[in-house]
Amino acid sequence: MTRLAYGDAIREGFEYAMRRDPKCFAIGQGLWSPWYVGNSMKDLDKKFGKERVIDTPVSELATTGAAVGAALNGYHPIVVHPRMDFMILAADQIVNQAAKWRHMLGGRVSPTVTIRGIVNRGGEQGAQHSQALHSWYAHVPGLRVLMPATAADARDMLIAAAQSPDPVMYIDDRWCYDLAEEVAPAADVDIRSIKPVIRREGSDLTIAAASYSVALSLAAAELLEKDGVACEVIDVRALNPFDPALIRESVERTGRFLAVDGGWSTCGFAAELVASVAEGVSPAKLKGAPARITLPDAPAPTSAPLEKAYYPTAELIAERVRQMGR
Amino acid sequence: MQFEDKLGYLADPRQLTEALDLKNASTDALVAFYRDMVLIRRTEETIAELYTAKETKTPVHLGIGQEAVAVGVSAHLNSGDRVYSGHRGHSHYLALHAPLTAILAEVMGRATGASRGMGGSMHLFAPESGFHGSVPIVGATIPIAVGAGLACKMDGKGQVAVCYFGDGACEEGVLHESLNFARVMDLPVLFVCENNLYSSHLDIHLRQPSNSVARFAEAHRIESRVIDGNDVVAVSEAAADLIEGARNGGGPGFVEAVTFRWLGHVGPNADIDVGVRRSPEELKQWKERDPVRRLTDALKEARGVDQSRFAEIDAEIETEIADALEAARGSDFPAGNVLIDYVYAGGRS
Ligand SMILES: Cc1ncc(C[n+]2csc(CCOP(=O)(O)OP(=O)(O)O)c2C)c(N)n1
Ligand SMILES: [Mg+2]
Repeated sequence: MTRLAYGDAIREGFEYAMRRDPKCFAIGQGLWSPWYVGNSMKDLDKKFGKERVIDTPVSELATTGAAVGAALNGYHPIVVHPRMDFMILAADQIVNQAAKWRHMLGGRVSPTVTIRGIVNRGGEQGAQHSQALHSWYAHVPGLRVLMPATAADARDMLIAAAQSPDPVMYIDDRWCYDLAEEVAPAADVDIRSIKPVIRREGSDLTIAAASYSVALSLAAAELLEKDGVACEVIDVRALNPFDPALIRESVERTGRFLAVDGGWSTCGFAAELVASVAEGVSPAKLKGAPARITLPDAPAPTSAPLEKAYYPTAELIAERVRQMGR
Repeated sequence: MQFEDKLGYLADPRQLTEALDLKNASTDALVAFYRDMVLIRRTEETIAELYTAKETKTPVHLGIGQEAVAVGVSAHLNSGDRVYSGHRGHSHYLALHAPLTAILAEVMGRATGASRGMGGSMHLFAPESGFHGSVPIVGATIPIAVGAGLACKMDGKGQVAVCYFGDGACEEGVLHESLNFARVMDLPVLFVCENNLYSSHLDIHLRQPSNSVARFAEAHRIESRVIDGNDVVAVSEAAADLIEGARNGGGPGFVEAVTFRWLGHVGPNADIDVGVRRSPEELKQWKERDPVRRLTDALKEARGVDQSRFAEIDAEIETEIADALEAARGSDFPAGNVLIDYVYAGGRS
């Protein structure tokens, strides 16, 4: 076991996947810069050479399309989008192409591409440098969508994505990069094994979240423990295909459910979580209405006080749980 | 890849360091250029200080070294023309004489800011001054300016749209679609590419097969001028021609202004270590091609303008900035429910 932080773990995921598979390569903006994507790709270009770690012109659509094309021709590219906001320019290749080719062409092609979208917000960056658009991509059949919340998952999900026969949207969050934990040596990962897990057990209320929202929820659970409230925290991990079984089982025990998500509310992933409880848990077992905490339905502001009010905090989650009763 | 050095001396910082050729520009106009360029530089230096002092956190992309481009272009714009820009947009805003307090207040997130504190440095808006918006999604305002050009054409009043963007933006597909569209529709749009030879950490050699982006205009049969972007007289001449053509129904024009940013891609430091190529040497050489110093030298030598005149202007600018800064610092942050109220017209209902 070694201690690894999330940002470093992503880099280890790249290293493992690329060492294991000569057809795996990385491509995207900033890959030759020491700071563009934090420490998460540091020196990979030196290790693997600039032919396998490719920095690109400012051309999201062509870069992503080229990765999809290389994938259709036997390679396993990982396209890096330093911000989800800029990745929108590549949406056609992700949504219309990578996600559709297998099904639309009769199941005989595998767009084995990984698309890494980075959530990079805060710091008064504002509306076009802040977005967490995982819900959009989780809506699209054919894309597998993963969001690691821990260092081990940051590494292992990237390996799973690189080894997947399906296109994968792997979404990491810069706010998680310093989360560190002991991790076992890297190994191959079957993407189908990535399912929701319980990160903290509790009997009073179930919280489900993904990525940074898991860290927030765990911090809230800590606060609530002092008030004698025991929260169970489930890390969703795979948003698409989404398996609600564990969440339902948990809510049947606790009777209360809160979804926490770093995206917007309307048609966002938190709505999917609440729906999975509403559809799959008998009303008789619920002690109160399921609830969700998300961003307000507004673009990210820049002004310091507005930004402070914009992002959910552990205190906000704890307060909501208290209101939900025991 | 075989790289074509099409720009030659224009991209060689050891060249073009001498005093400007002032041609037949009037001394008054040239002194006004000096004033505008110094105002831009000092304002951006002030913004850099605010950032360093943690009075703001919003990302600031400073264009120090590139002041001549916006000043030369803006000299030919009238009220009713529409200017759009990107992430490095302070100079484009200031060259239109848009309010100084409002840009500083915006950078500090205050309600009196150009975008009422909702945008920060990267999202500025001062339509009263002709500045119709800047956004940091690279290339995004290029088609928007084309749309403004379409509106100008439909309005039929001889107005034009201007879009500033960088060499990096030329790598986005939307530039090419926009050039084609503007040409096919003969729209009154001036495309102004500030080719500073870098897109964040990557110099143009690593991103394109030629260092001149005017080839894209040529491909779409748009008239272009490739000029020294640190020569305000040359910029002004090129802009005058192309803007006049656009006003008279000649359709779009394209200016490639070759320049260099003195600071890093983002933030207040020179960041010479982040580039794959950008070196202290290269930066030092480019500082010798200072657009302000070259104009000052020429005004002194060829027009006999006295140092005291420059000192007087500098002092006025210091006062102007100090006053604006005080006003910006004294103004409030956005209050009430603006976070939600601005999402839809009339609020969320
Ligand atoms: C669509 C999109 N892709 C990438 C970025 C990241 N980015 C911000 S500025 C920039 C460099 C653009 O270079 P250039 O157009 O030459 O302008 P300069 O910074 O040199 O003024 C990049 C890549 C972005 N903001 N938007
Ligand atoms: Mg540039």
